[in-house]
Amino acid sequence: MVPVHEKILANQRFHELVARRNRFSVTLSLIVLAVYIGFVSVAVFNPALFSAPFLGTSAWCVGLIAGFCIQAFAFVMTGIYTLRANGQFDRLAREAIRGGQA
Amino acid sequence: MTRIFFMASAAMVVLTGWAMAAGGAIEGEVAKRSVNYIAIGMFLFFVAATLVLTAWAARRTRSASDFYTAGGGITGFQNGLAIAGDYMSAAAFLGVSGMVFGKGVDGIFYTVGWTVGWPLILFMIAERLRNLGKFTFADVASFRFEQTRIRTLSAFGALTVVVFYLIAQMVGAGKLIQLLFGLEYSYAVILVGVLMMLYVTFGGMLATTWVQIVKAVLLLGGCTVLVILGLAQFGFSPEAMMRAALDNHAAHEEILKPSSSISDPIAAVSLALALMCGPAGLPHILMRFFTVPDAKAARKSVFDATGFIGYFFILAVTIGFLAITLVGTNPAYLDGAGKLIGGGNMAAIHLSGEVGGDVFLGFISAVAFATILAVVSGLALSGASAVSHDLYARVIRNGKASDKQEMRVSRIATLMLGVIAIVLGLAFENQNIAFMVGLAFGLAASVNFPVLFLSLFWKGMTTRGAFIGGLIGLVSAVACVVLGPTVWVSVLGFAAPIFPWDQYALFSMSAAFFGIWFFSVTDRSARAALDKAGYPAQFVRSETGLGAAGALAH
Repeated sequence: MVPVHEKILANQRFHELVARRNRFSVTLSLIVLAVYIGFVSVAVFNPALFSAPFLGTSAWCVGLIAGFCIQAFAFVMTGIYTLRANGQFDRLAREAIRGGQA
Repeated sequence: MTRIFFMASAAMVVLTGWAMAAGGAIEGEVAKRSVNYIAIGMFLFFVAATLVLTAWAARRTRSASDFYTAGGGITGFQNGLAIAGDYMSAAAFLGVSGMVFGKGVDGIFYTVGWTVGWPLILFMIAERLRNLGKFTFADVASFRFEQTRIRTLSAFGALTVVVFYLIAQMVGAGKLIQLLFGLEYSYAVILVGVLMMLYVTFGGMLATTWVQIVKAVLLLGGCTVLVILGLAQFGFSPEAMMRAALDNHAAHEEILKPSSSISDPIAAVSLALALMCGPAGLPHILMRFFTVPDAKAARKSVFDATGFIGYFFILAVTIGFLAITLVGTNPAYLDGAGKLIGGGNMAAIHLSGEVGGDVFLGFISAVAFATILAVVSGLALSGASAVSHDLYARVIRNGKASDKQEMRVSRIATLMLGVIAIVLGLAFENQNIAFMVGLAFGLAASVNFPVLFLSLFWKGMTTRGAFIGGLIGLVSAVACVVLGPTVWVSVLGFAAPIFPWDQYALFSMSAAFFGIWFFSVTDRSARAALDKAGYPAQFVRSETGLGAAGALAH
């Protein structure tokens, strides 16, 4: 008997799912990493910009506002992934399993 | 079983009351801070409520799966709150607001790092972890490898992280309670240790999760009210608040500049790495992914947790800036030298008394203590499962232990961890333990994380590579801490550190990743061939959830 995982590995749908999901999660990861690296670099290499007044006049500095925004942005990114993975990707995964077991 | 629990709980409530009263008598002489009866009352209420919760959970905790993962029956939303609760420790709440109060924007550097780790955990790890594992992250790390070596390594990785984290929390709890409730340090440490043992041994993961959820809701609610009351003093204008903070802080505009600990590139990169990757190696957080029924709920829980965590950190930073004006300019909260009474971490506590009076101060104090209690319970449970599930059931008994035996060992392990935590908590009372949380995060990032991450994504990894590479990560992390400024200079008293940086994750993580790679690609053993041959099956299961441990009916 051929193990189930080998049947699934031979299934085109499975590879389609993995490729699509990995492309999506790698893209999102790179975006998050780029934003974080940008934030850290500004704090380290351009502290003047980090502590510049927000919108030129506010007592709040750019770094603080950016930090709060990145925290909100992290939440939004997890939302985008969860929405797509729990819908489209899970449907593809079910099809891939069914294809493998058929 | 239930009878033992009720007797123990009754004894606990009596003892707590007695300890509080005794603390009152002692505090009268030492006159450090008067006994805060409102805070004690609220705290006693929290303890009583959580013990009732534990009694309820104890009746539902029958199998090993119930004990370790609440039977996999926690919903995504509940788990999101619990993960956020594990993350919102007293160090995060009091530490971040205290850091902002003292140094300004440095605090945001930490909170951003702690938050952006979560999307990455979601994209890369969360669902694969849920699909592959059953009870502990070692299930996943050792999935296709030789059980003995990788389980042992992961269990020790988990245990060292848990013990260092526990000591830090225990010492923090003792100090905090001395200040908040006017209680003796030793009573506080014993109280925390015994309550933790009760929650975990009787209620298992179900009780631990619900204690964490209750505390997370109280903490989020309490901080929201604290920020609203604080902003009300500035006519609800964040601009006016920040303007006042700049005027009133001794360093004025300087608080908007990152301090020297962040402006050094190597230190900053190291810190950023530890903050981002540490959570993905913390055993008590990873274990939470097994409490939900499937990958779908695991994703949902990270989404909710990220929202709660991001919101909480915005509050914590704002609390620090509020305190600069409302607490920092009020002589009632400062000692002769102009320093905050009770230390820098007390900014949020003083602020609650300033804006909300004694009742609110009591509430926030009780919440701060509940926070410690909930976090140590999660730690103890994950430490106990490393002993009973990984070491006892899988390594010593070779997978032949019965459910009953495994549960008994995990309860005994919980009691032993409780005793160890109490003894070490008492022993380290007057030691500088600041390095311990850093060490716990650093170890998590340089031992558990590399092994887990590469086992998921790198087909070529072998047992030998994982084992030696993981050990290299462990040894280099400990060496960097011992030879670095915090231990070599501050604790051991040498003039100059051998390893010049406080932050070391960059080095120990690189060493671990390199070690795993090097000892895997040079591995020509028969075991290595088996390890690589196991990858396709692991890959299919991690991507689709086929064959994953499912939820049990409740």
